[in-house]
Amino acid sequence: MTFSSIPWLELAILFPMIGAIWLVFVHEHDTARSHQLTFSWGTFIFASMAWLLSGGAPESPINSDPERMVSLTDGFFAIDDFNAPLIPLAALLWLMTALGTLGTKPRQFSFSGNLLSEAVTIATLSCTNAWGIILLLGLAVIPPYFDFRVRGNSPRVFLIHMLLSLGMITLGWSMIDAENVSGPHSTFAVALLMGGIFIRCGVAPAHCWMTDLFENASLGSSLLFVTPMTGAYAAVRLLFPVATSDQLYFVMLMGLATSVYAGGMSLVQTEARRFFCYLFLSHSALVLVGLGVANPIGITAALSIWLSVGLALAGFGMTLRSLEARLGRLSLREYHGLYEHMPRVAVFFLLTGLASVGFPGTVGFVATDLLVDGAVQAYPWIGMLVVVAATLNGIAVVHAYFRLFTGHRHAVSIPIRSRPRELTAVLVMSSLILLGGIVPQPGIASRYAAATELLKAKGVLPAPHASSEKHRSGDKLSVSVE
Amino acid sequence: MDFQPVLTLLCILVILAPATLFALLGLAALFAHQLSENTVSRATRVAVIVGLLASISILISMLSTGKHHVQLDLGHWVILSDEHFHFNFKILFDRLSVPFAILIFSLCGTIGGFANSYLHRDPGYRRFFFLFSMFLMGMIATCLAGTIETLFAGWEMVGLSSTLLVAYFQERPSPVRNGARVWTIYRVADAAFLIAAVALHHHNGQGDFDGLAGVGDWPEGLATLPSDQALFIGLMLLIAAAGKSALVPFSGWLPRAMEGPTPSSAIFYGALSVHLGAFLLLRASPILEESAFVSAAVLVVGVVTAIFAALTGRVQTDIKSALAYASLTQVGIIVAEIGLGYRLLPLAHIMGHACLRTLQLLRAPTLIHDYHEMENAIGSHLSNDRSFWRRALSARSRAWFYRFGQQRAYLDAFLNEFIVRPFLSIFRMFDTWERRWTDFLSGGESRVSDRVMPTVEPIEKTL
Repeated sequence: MTFSSIPWLELAILFPMIGAIWLVFVHEHDTARSHQLTFSWGTFIFASMAWLLSGGAPESPINSDPERMVSLTDGFFAIDDFNAPLIPLAALLWLMTALGTLGTKPRQFSFSGNLLSEAVTIATLSCTNAWGIILLLGLAVIPPYFDFRVRGNSPRVFLIHMLLSLGMITLGWSMIDAENVSGPHSTFAVALLMGGIFIRCGVAPAHCWMTDLFENASLGSSLLFVTPMTGAYAAVRLLFPVATSDQLYFVMLMGLATSVYAGGMSLVQTEARRFFCYLFLSHSALVLVGLGVANPIGITAALSIWLSVGLALAGFGMTLRSLEARLGRLSLREYHGLYEHMPRVAVFFLLTGLASVGFPGTVGFVATDLLVDGAVQAYPWIGMLVVVAATLNGIAVVHAYFRLFTGHRHAVSIPIRSRPRELTAVLVMSSLILLGGIVPQPGIASRYAAATELLKAKGVLPAPHASSEKHRSGDKLSVSVE
Repeated sequence: MDFQPVLTLLCILVILAPATLFALLGLAALFAHQLSENTVSRATRVAVIVGLLASISILISMLSTGKHHVQLDLGHWVILSDEHFHFNFKILFDRLSVPFAILIFSLCGTIGGFANSYLHRDPGYRRFFFLFSMFLMGMIATCLAGTIETLFAGWEMVGLSSTLLVAYFQERPSPVRNGARVWTIYRVADAAFLIAAVALHHHNGQGDFDGLAGVGDWPEGLATLPSDQALFIGLMLLIAAAGKSALVPFSGWLPRAMEGPTPSSAIFYGALSVHLGAFLLLRASPILEESAFVSAAVLVVGVVTAIFAALTGRVQTDIKSALAYASLTQVGIIVAEIGLGYRLLPLAHIMGHACLRTLQLLRAPTLIHDYHEMENAIGSHLSNDRSFWRRALSARSRAWFYRFGQQRAYLDAFLNEFIVRPFLSIFRMFDTWERRWTDFLSGGESRVSDRVMPTVEPIEKTL
């Protein structure tokens, strides 16, 4: 039995699912917490093995042989250049969130639900089947819905948007599927699909579900629902292959408008969660801008930003969660002066925030520069507006840092310093952010490979020779959908 | 004898010394390891001395061999060959960067030594030196950058370290507010710079200054850009330089920046950082040569800044602000010199001015003592005769000028009233609309965050 003969990808989906069922029967909170951590570690290891063996990892230390990788699902779940790093990234986010969850939180935290949502998210990011993706997008809505209910808050805003989004995606894809034409699909069908995906991605003006989620659900589950960017995944798998260049141009415009709008909105927020939500929206919309540019540099940038935002803003969100766990909801109208008590968290907050806006030496720098460059190649003014969005976000990040960590001497009656587990999470994320910034080439090269695959499959770039086509698990190509 | 390997080693040392210091202090901060004051001070000293000696050796080597242009290509940081996209990591030693590097190491060494005593046992000692190392790294990267992207990376590091040092006394809101103001202006400048960098990269196919200069080494290089592109890129660079060097209309942040500790005020706003805009214009001078309009704009901005700073500086009531405006007056003149087409004159002006102003700012805390010493030496009070302008202008005119200076030419008020406030008002209006929409959809109050009660002030005050 070799490494390649183990179905790592399926294990990465199955293991948290087993964990979710297991934890239903564990009633003692500390035990449940420790078991959840074990399942998260296992899932991360399986996801990483799937990535390394897929050949999607740059400089993979293990000899990969994608054709020999075993798939138990006949390619329904597959790993290719595009999704290879997204899967371990999602597993890492869950693991870091589990690590960063304080011992005081378990009573409000559903371990089982958390692992279930991890399984669904990893399944979504591994799925190459269109209907499978749509189904999984629907399933992913369930854990946050219960989170609303448990907290006694109204899920109406969230549900209305999610149902509308799923309805539009389903209808749009049904029409596209029924048309079965090789040329352009009907505008109405693509518009429905696009609208549904826009809602799921939080494109303005259909973004209010996201602010509502952050307002009324727990910060942890909100973070884990939005940071893997499953909406963008649907955009790449479902929308990108069928959209015409004009339609992609519209995607880019909407993404850009959202990015600038959310950047501006982040400046006027007076509460930390809402601030984070807009900051995230502003960055996640840049992925759509890159996709819409539809040239190799733009798409490489979009996929690189995806990873940098995933790492940086998830880390940023985790620091906020860590602060909230100690101080409750945080107003940005006053100075909190927490630096003295939590210097490392303060440094991490600033580091992740700046990484998200593309500060040199961090994972976001080259990605942002690539995006601006790719946009300028296609439409010069778009590149400038991307810079405007990054500027607004940069101002907002430092403004929030000052509000939370400085300006005041914070007196406490009990120590609020960070716990070792939280610090481990902080250091792991910081290392990845800095490593990705100092040695960006492997990551960028891998994203470029994914971008060219996407463009080739779309027919924008010449198709590869049959001999050079990469088959991963199953028989699906990187962007093919059934 | 082949000096090339030695020269290469020296070039690497110049960049490696501050980079090592930055990495050492940065990792210590990240892992919350408390380095002793002695270790921090020694590490800083070693890094500065190694960098300085290496820079001087390079200068001597360049003078002795007559080589005015040494470029060290450290390879591609990022390369997508099929797309002709590359991020080169190049270091450039020429008649502009070598004197500037020597100036940076000399002044940073002086300030480092001063700060070591000045901040002895201060709770923020390590934080100061970490930010100081970031500043040194950023300055060296900016000054030696062979590509516009490398220059941008250094430029950003200088901006962040400056901001955090302005907010050094972070337990009080006032330094923090001023830090936020400085950061906001810097971000606007950075945005202009990034646009210029990308436009240059796009039009030129590369961000190398060699490619930009076309023919000849600095200061003789000529740009190969068409004049319309030179106009756009030149104007973007002028905005970037204006933000970084506090030129009009961005001058409002300079006196606020004096809120930081004296060593950082001296090194940033008296000596080095405030000249970075002028350095950028000098580095991009081939572009200025290409567009008469940009050169004229540079001249106008420089002259207006010099006049504004000279008038405003006269009514300042604290020594650091007075020195800040005196510094700005000289920077305005330096920029005007660049606009007039001079290259070596402004470089010499920068070097002399930076040294003088560092000395003045470091003496600022003992100003009264120094005055007493002078008066004791001459045996009487210093002269307080009526100046020419006091005699030439009517009381009403003088009152007008006084108000104009006191209000710092209303520049901050203008930016607040016509840019910041309308901008924020628009987004607050959107926020209100969003609240109504989510309240409508949820059938009640949708925002839990409304109950997170504020106490202090809105963002306008911060900005």
